[in-house]
Amino acid sequence: MDIGRIDAIIDRHRSEASSLIQILLDIQAENRWIPGEAISRIGERLEVPAARIRHVATFYKAFSLVPRGRHEIHVCMGTACHVRGASRVLDASQDATGIRPGETDPGMKFSLETVNCLGCCALGPVVEIDGKIHGRMTAARAAETVKGLEGPRKTE
Amino acid sequence: MKEIRLRIDGKEVAAPEGATVLEAAKTAGIRIPTLCHHDGLEPFGACRICIVEAEARGSSRLVVSCVYPVEENLAVRTRSPRIDRIRKTILDLLLAHAPDSPQVSGLAAEYGALRDRFEKEGSFCIHCGLCVRYCAEVKKKHAVGFIGRGIRKEICFIPEVASRECKGCKECFPLCPTSYLQAAYALAESLALPCVINRGHCCSHGAQSP
Repeated sequence: MDIGRIDAIIDRHRSEASSLIQILLDIQAENRWIPGEAISRIGERLEVPAARIRHVATFYKAFSLVPRGRHEIHVCMGTACHVRGASRVLDASQDATGIRPGETDPGMKFSLETVNCLGCCALGPVVEIDGKIHGRMTAARAAETVKGLEGPRKTE
Repeated sequence: MKEIRLRIDGKEVAAPEGATVLEAAKTAGIRIPTLCHHDGLEPFGACRICIVEAEARGSSRLVVSCVYPVEENLAVRTRSPRIDRIRKTILDLLLAHAPDSPQVSGLAAEYGALRDRFEKEGSFCIHCGLCVRYCAEVKKKHAVGFIGRGIRKEICFIPEVASRECKGCKECFPLCPTSYLQAAYALAESLALPCVINRGHCCSHGAQSP
């Protein structure tokens, strides 16, 4: 990540130590993950020790310290989704992306995660792709949606 | 400063305002077991082994004595069947991490804790935070910190800082009740601190070394 962009984000929050989480969230949103240079830069500018930033960044699931794919796929495995076949949806998503939950493919296209509830159980099984909720998912539709990301030509 | 009077195990104790129950007990010569407490550090309340029963205005509560401030007319019980049961369970859990730690096994013998009640954990860190807090509060170096949370929480050396600061210090080593810290350092040293290993013909950090 460009150091200028990191600085711009820190400036937006007036370099205050209390804004650490907001700064990390902004970097996460812009870059999809938090690189090491961002941690050292934030540490310098906010005068917060790197150990503390790492503690915060590993505490919240919203942050990733490893590179993430261009598309975030969250498959809900909560109780309501589970009884409506979330595990089949997850299987189909794994087959379509070629990765397991918690992983990112080498082409940096997808990151797959499971979540325990997205809060819209009536729509289950639910899959969230790039922040958009897809309700009443089926295995076939999940595979189709995942393969349709970035246009059909780019899928294997 | 205002004097606060309270009773600990039936004994009349006076303590300055703002002192903790643990400190008051210590001055009165009453022993409360601790694992994460250190006189030079801020109270942390991590290990919960110093739990006591505190009774004020007719109701009794379980409180952690190392972070609980003294109150006027507080009646504290440091041993009771209830306290002993809780301490035993805490020790059962700690033994799953560090069955051979002298401090933990000493307390385990005292409270009859069971070594094999819970499945053994791979890490023998008991998360007392002594190393992390000592490095942050006393040395102000922050070379070691916590990462993760819940069952995945662990201590982790920050290679950039540790390669500069740790070699000549290591003051946190004797604080560790389980020697996990030493193990974590050895691991960090071998994986992430090339300077320490290639002593002599290195490097960007030790400018004066040949």
